Amino acid sequence: MSDARATILDSVRRALRRGPPPETLRAELDRRMAEPRPNVIPARGKGEPAELIERFAAMATEMSAIIERIPTAAAAPAAVARLLAESGLPPQVAAAPALSGLDWTGAGLSARFGAAGRGDAVSVVPAFRAVAETGTCIVRSGPDAPTTLNFLPDLHVVLVRTADVVGAYEDAWKALRKAGAWPRTVTWITGPSRTADIEQTLLLGAHGPRRLHVLLADGP
Amino acid sequence: MHPTSRRFAANARAAMADPVLQDALARLKAGFRVKRAAAVARLPEFEALKAEARALKDHTLAHLDHYLEAFEAKVVETGGTVHWCRDGAEAKAAVLAICRAAGARTATKGKSMVAEEIGLNDFLEKNGVIPVETDLGEYIIQLRREPPSHIVAPAIHLNRGQVADAFRTAHGGRPPDRDLEEPRVLLDEAREEMRARFLAADVGITGANLLIAETGSTVIVTNEGNGDLTQTLPRVHIVLATIDKVVPTLDDAATILRLLARSATGQELSVYTTFSTGPRRPDDLDGPEQFHVVLLDNGRSAMLGGQFRDMLRCIRCGACINHCPVYGAVGGHAYGWVYPGPMGSVLSPALVGLEQTAKLPDASTLCGRCEEVCPMSIPLPALLRHWREHAFERHLKPARERLGLALWSFAASRPWLYRAVTRLASWGLRRLARGTGRLARVPLAGGWTAARDLPAPSGPGFLDQWRQGKRR
Ligand code: SF4
Repeated sequence: MSDARATILDSVRRALRRGPPPETLRAELDRRMAEPRPNVIPARGKGEPAELIERFAAMATEMSAIIERIPTAAAAPAAVARLLAESGLPPQVAAAPALSGLDWTGAGLSARFGAAGRGDAVSVVPAFRAVAETGTCIVRSGPDAPTTLNFLPDLHVVLVRTADVVGAYEDAWKALRKAGAWPRTVTWITGPSRTADIEQTLLLGAHGPRRLHVLLADGP
Repeated sequence: MHPTSRRFAANARAAMADPVLQDALARLKAGFRVKRAAAVARLPEFEALKAEARALKDHTLAHLDHYLEAFEAKVVETGGTVHWCRDGAEAKAAVLAICRAAGARTATKGKSMVAEEIGLNDFLEKNGVIPVETDLGEYIIQLRREPPSHIVAPAIHLNRGQVADAFRTAHGGRPPDRDLEEPRVLLDEAREEMRARFLAADVGITGANLLIAETGSTVIVTNEGNGDLTQTLPRVHIVLATIDKVVPTLDDAATILRLLARSATGQELSVYTTFSTGPRRPDDLDGPEQFHVVLLDNGRSAMLGGQFRDMLRCIRCGACINHCPVYGAVGGHAYGWVYPGPMGSVLSPALVGLEQTAKLPDASTLCGRCEEVCPMSIPLPALLRHWREHAFERHLKPARERLGLALWSFAASRPWLYRAVTRLASWGLRRLARGTGRLARVPLAGGWTAARDLPAPSGPGFLDQWRQGKRR
């Protein structure tokens, strides 16, 4: 394989009609990566916080997510309990360990904290940030936030704090870079899963969640 | 897959006589074209993003060696492995070796055009690893054992009845006379079938829309969520990507992602965009234990050095295909290999050789629509013209066509002769068309008209009109 590596790099350099880049050029390219600068950011990715929150909600709704405003994150378990009752689902959720501090039992729910399994119908996860530009929730993985929760259950509940709503993807990159070690997965989620592979008919609920319910919380 | 591009004309004739395909193509135009136009109109910065995407990709290609090394270093740093492969055979061997080491019997797969390009499924199957396509469209065509007809919507050529037939044959243990009329029912059945396989697979194989040098991340974009289940549930994740997919930073990726979905399906953004970096971390509760990137050249470095470098900016959005009048008339299978439409007619000759594909660059009216809608500003018509020149130089054109062109250039360099001949020809063709305005056959040009009609000249030629205008 290392043979192939040398051949490929060699043939790239031959195509570019030069040898390996000199150290000064390498340093310059490394700087472009180490100090990344944002490119063009669309106007709709900028604005006052209140404006961005409204835009996030409107765009997410357009992408078939359901937005529910709640006063505080602490009100999330009650909101989830109501949602499950309305949907005729049993009061059980698989939740991200990051949310284990909320009072789920008090809301009449049995919550299991960990990765999703086959039998889990409902998951609840926190968003790292939410992006107004396209109504996108950004989730990242970690011991407190397993990835499978975002894909296996039918009903996907994402808790977004309004303080975490940003304008553009680049704002989320900046925050993530500051947050320390780069997570194993970062996923941008824009609406529930869908397909148009049969006669271009748009159907929600392909292999991932059938519903995306966003709880937008004003306070902690 | 063995290219059948030599038979383009025959393939195209059959396609135009296929009512199911023609219905599907009509749906495609009504869907993708209209939605793309609306999405682009809604984003005033679209042109600025295009210019920026082009510049950043050109910058990356000009320093491709460095960015590939930087990407590799980050993958290794985060616990993954990079397997460099010169061609399809090496890539297939690398994938198989990883599967064997993992003791894998089945591998789920996210949609990957590179896997189609190198014929990965057949190879795995022959070697005892069962590949399971998980994208609904790819799954359907895998059941029907046919190639994709579109790079974004692989089963676009089929109707629901054909999908139902495929499911009845493949899904045992269900009542054979069940109602499969509605797409919803078909989707739910596929979802059910697929769940068990997602959870049982030993290895998950995905492609990559982008590779990010800054973090060593691989990026997949899906609407179904199948790609994420494929790369999260099994013990081993293999990413199959060609060297042209790398970009320097996450910010660069954001620029390209703003263009991709809008150009492809007219969505503001696809539902899931996932950035994967390395295998499961020590305290993680899920995710693969191994993370392998099979980094494949397969003709890209050769393209980098020549006339076709611009094509390496391609992000496989399919916009050029959706807007191509030739694709719109004949569909994807007529092109005879995995990449159809304008992007395919530029790419296929570079990847499988012009000998097998010399007909493809001719399958274009050079109307320019593809270049207009291409988010990466790839000059597709100019690239198609380059291939035509190569085909001519390499004597891949029939003797009769060569003679015709030689005669034309003799006449065209002698104005008196040219005027006399064109006037005579214009008069003759008008007579032949007998007022219908179209010619299905033209003497001495049977090869050309076998697959097309020639519009008959409607009056005096340009030169005559010009002179009359001057005299007035
Ligand atoms: S050539 Fe341009 S329009 Fe066609 S698939 Fe590639 S990026 Fe998209």
